[in-house]
Amino acid sequence: MKKVINSFTIRFPSRSNNESFARAAAAAFIAQLDPTLDELGDIKTAVSEAVTNCIVHGYRDSVGMVVMTVRLLEPAAVEITVRDQGCGIEDIARARTPLYTTGGAERSGMGFTIMENFMDKLSVRSSPGKGTTVRMQKALSQRLSGRAK
Amino acid sequence: MEIVQKREGGALCIALAGELGHHEALDAMRVIGESIGEGVPRSVVLDLSGVGFMDSSGIAVVLRTFQACQAAGGHFCVRGACKQARRVLDAAGLDKLISFI
Repeated sequence: MKKVINSFTIRFPSRSNNESFARAAAAAFIAQLDPTLDELGDIKTAVSEAVTNCIVHGYRDSVGMVVMTVRLLEPAAVEITVRDQGCGIEDIARARTPLYTTGGAERSGMGFTIMENFMDKLSVRSSPGKGTTVRMQKALSQRLSGRAK
Repeated sequence: MEIVQKREGGALCIALAGELGHHEALDAMRVIGESIGEGVPRSVVLDLSGVGFMDSSGIAVVLRTFQACQAAGGHFCVRGACKQARRVLDAAGLDKLISFI
């Protein structure tokens, strides 16, 4: 298991105006590892998808708390966990199918596909009625000799 | 999110500026839907040069605009999408469906 260099956890209500806050918070923290703009863009996109899923699907008819943890791993990797205690997913494989959505017209059904494509690893754990946890990892190019310590 | 609409010759240009996530997508789709519903423009250009970030909600905005345009018999294209937005749109295969300039 890779050593954790630094980490933070935030909790926020599942309101859509917190989506930009979550991705900005993750990006600002990850900046310690001097990611490329492309890497940062990929991570922000994946965070946005995971948090939006909590808001749109997890807490479909209510407002609950979303918990996001960002860990910086040695030598240069990022692990992000996004968790809700909402309605959960009955069929994870189906939910991960490209273009499948139970959301409205503003959803494309591409959230999990983008998380998979933009990050190196994605795991989804869910229990109907209890909530969903998404964990993602991405290795960064090692551009700096003096990383965050 | 800022949405500006203007005429460029016979085309309707809809320029979005800001971040395009789920929070902004509903408003963007409503405004765009109303614009296209007002008449049948020969051509619609969705200008994304002011969009610095987009997630999969942007796919839905682009796709619904394309579909509305197609249903009205008009031509549609996307202009000025940044690299990050192109990665998102390409992940959905929109590069095979829509013209990007």
